[in-house]
Amino acid sequence: MHMADALLSPAVGGTMWGVAAGTIAYSSMKVKKELDERKIPLMGVLGAFIFAAQMINFTIPATGSSGHLGGGLLLAILLGPHAAFLTIASVLVVQSLFFADGGILALGCNIFNLGFFPAFIAYPFIYRGIAGGEPGKARLTAAALIAAVAGLQLGAFSVVLETVASGISSLPFSAFVMLMQPIHLAIGIVEGLVTASVVSFVAAARPEIISAAAPGSLAGVPLRNTILAFLVAALLTGGVFSWFASEKPDGLEWAIAGVTGSEEVTGTEDALHTMLASLQEKIALLPGYAFRETGGADDKWAELGHPAMAPEDSGRIGTSMAGAIGAAISLMLAFGIGFALKRQLVGEK
Amino acid sequence: MRSIDGAILDLKRLDLLATGDSLIHRLDARAKVLTTLVFIISVVSFDRYEFTALFPFFLYPVVTASLANLPGGYIVRKIGLVIPFALVVGVLNPLFDREVLVRLGPLAVTGGWISCASIIIRSVLTVGAAVILVGVTGFLAVCQALEKLGTPRTFTVQLLFLYRYIFVLTEEGARASRARELRSCGRKGLGLASFGSLIGHLLIRTWLRAERIHMAMLARGFTGEFHSRQVSAFGWRELGYVAGWSILFVALRLENGAQWLGRLVTGLLS
Amino acid sequence: MSHHIVAVKHLQHVYADGTVALQDVNFTIHHGESVAIIGANGAGKSTLLLHLNGYLTPTAGEIRIGDFPLTKQTLPEIRRTVGMVFQDPDDQLFMPTVFDDVAFGPFNLGLPSDEVRQRVREVLEQVGAAHLMEKPPYHLSGGEKKRVAIATVLSMSPDILVMDEPTSGLDPFARRQLIGLLKNFRHTRIFTSHDLDMVLELCERTIILHQGVVKADGPTPEIFGDEALLAQCRLEKPLSMQGCPMCGQGRREQRNAGRKGSGGVNDS
Repeated sequence: MHMADALLSPAVGGTMWGVAAGTIAYSSMKVKKELDERKIPLMGVLGAFIFAAQMINFTIPATGSSGHLGGGLLLAILLGPHAAFLTIASVLVVQSLFFADGGILALGCNIFNLGFFPAFIAYPFIYRGIAGGEPGKARLTAAALIAAVAGLQLGAFSVVLETVASGISSLPFSAFVMLMQPIHLAIGIVEGLVTASVVSFVAAARPEIISAAAPGSLAGVPLRNTILAFLVAALLTGGVFSWFASEKPDGLEWAIAGVTGSEEVTGTEDALHTMLASLQEKIALLPGYAFRETGGADDKWAELGHPAMAPEDSGRIGTSMAGAIGAAISLMLAFGIGFALKRQLVGEK
Repeated sequence: MRSIDGAILDLKRLDLLATGDSLIHRLDARAKVLTTLVFIISVVSFDRYEFTALFPFFLYPVVTASLANLPGGYIVRKIGLVIPFALVVGVLNPLFDREVLVRLGPLAVTGGWISCASIIIRSVLTVGAAVILVGVTGFLAVCQALEKLGTPRTFTVQLLFLYRYIFVLTEEGARASRARELRSCGRKGLGLASFGSLIGHLLIRTWLRAERIHMAMLARGFTGEFHSRQVSAFGWRELGYVAGWSILFVALRLENGAQWLGRLVTGLLS
Repeated sequence: MSHHIVAVKHLQHVYADGTVALQDVNFTIHHGESVAIIGANGAGKSTLLLHLNGYLTPTAGEIRIGDFPLTKQTLPEIRRTVGMVFQDPDDQLFMPTVFDDVAFGPFNLGLPSDEVRQRVREVLEQVGAAHLMEKPPYHLSGGEKKRVAIATVLSMSPDILVMDEPTSGLDPFARRQLIGLLKNFRHTRIFTSHDLDMVLELCERTIILHQGVVKADGPTPEIFGDEALLAQCRLEKPLSMQGCPMCGQGRREQRNAGRKGSGGVNDS
């Protein structure tokens, strides 16, 4: 359930970057405070382990298809919430950069969806609550199962909210929820079973690893702080999302408006438009129809969104034809320039 | 990530690209990280029905990859791997969004198809930008840039540890997995039980390795602080690079470059 | 010169699960000596090495490095004095580039960065790896990794070098290269190894560890001459001292004569 940049609006992506960055800063501080410097290489190496583990498949019972470990809950059990969150975040950073698994802008969303819920909700409140101190195998399996399912359900729901709020996909909220939640119920059950089987193997073979992790992690979770952090995050995201969902302003402009104040932006934009328009008139290669008719780049499609109000006329087709031709030309230009640059480089050598 | 060995080779290849030497490689990593961010934000900030205006943005990945002498085929293949995922989500749009937005002769194009196409182009651009960023910068430098841009050190240091040991552990995992596959006939033996103990073993070995690494750190006087050297500086060149591209991106964002170019040409012809 | 002495007295180590790894280990190693600690798997070699730079604390007994007993206060100084090279270089090379890795120790010693830079260059040239400076460790070959791992320790200018299985996993050429390198060091050297031919070539003295105690301690040729002792400790003569499988003639006399004659006839 890695989200991609292509489905995200800058406002949602940016907000989630902020949330993720804040949680990373908070968790880093916590880990540093614990003064357990042993954890630094351990976190990194366990992160690499998650990569290795994700590449190994197993057959899902009764279905014949294969699955792999997600690892969020496992890391939380081994490292405690803060260190686990940082480790999951770094796994996602590497995935986004090297495997194009989830984009750079979507990183904030992915870190929040796949890191926050298992580390700060599913593990401390569900897994520890059910598993207690030294669980037997059945108890441990139940705890891992419920925690994994809960963590993934929350994560999946969060994906739905972020996608709908971004407004790039046309999937309605209800359909998306109906699609995501059941799929992630299945994934969650598998994840829970796998986590339980790995944890119980390690607990039997090397009990000190599991027990070394447990006490530190309990001490590391002040319940109040976690709840507070969750509330703040929920309010923040909820607030921002609902506002965007209702207003759906253009993302970049919103971002610029946030920095410079909205009037200035429209001012410069208008100026740019008139400047370009006059430039075109000066070049005089174009008949006068195009510019006024299509308006700015922003309201053009808004008009198009209401076909009744925008009857198809030659101008419109002319516009879209020009667009298509222009797109093709710009593509050719881009690659032409690239090719020329490369030729030149090779020539220099 | 289907084939483990393939994934490892791929990772190594991308990592080696960053050791190249070119105008782009020599720039400070922060400049490249910032430019990539501005690029991605500009691309994804378009309205969902925007299609043609996205094309001029190809200039950035193509020019950067050429200047840095990255192998085009490899980059295209990397991007190609991700397209199916974009397609899966994008192809739902035509189902839900059936309003006809444009008619090209007899062909009625609905908003859903336009936004689907838009999603695919967005994917190609954003994924391409990310792959190229790593290819011209390298993971180490990206991490250093992140640290200089304010990421906590605890995070970046363990990020580097993670990256360092991916190579060791994926190979270890591949060996274990191969051994299991060779001894399981068809699908039997590849189930949850053997998976749990295989991964468990791998986990224990990983844990012991982490202890040995910590030992090696202590043996060389580690006291909890990481020292790093300053390798590059953010100078005028970097400023120019970021500013130049950013201005272009914002301009292309505000004005549909393809439309403009198209009219220029059709105007010429008519 | 008492500064470089390694003295181990009545060392005992019992692990948390009750396994007795070292029962009662005694030996003294003097300045400039090159000593091999050999023994079967599970004899306690690794446990012993981990005591020499204070990673493990003795259950009983004492370790003295130079003039200091090994205590919490002397630990930082002793870790600088005793350079430890691990068996798996991947455990030792954890930084992003060779430079960073070799510089890790000197930076921790608090040296200014100019001096660190100079030291890194020097030790990398010493081990013949200066050209690898900017490479990430995972792009190195096994032999290169090993030499860089040694450089990471040399950069802290230790007086005593401790190496766990230096030649394991190396191809014949890389092994030969490494032996040539180690021969030129004038540090006090302590090795553990199953590569008994290397021991024969590099160490004038050998200590056999067997079930947590020192079973034998003496000049290497003498130890390897005692077949009964070796068999008892699950060891055997180095291959170069055994008869030739093709012609059936022993090569031991020949080799010993060679060693006496020039002292280093088989350099790489």
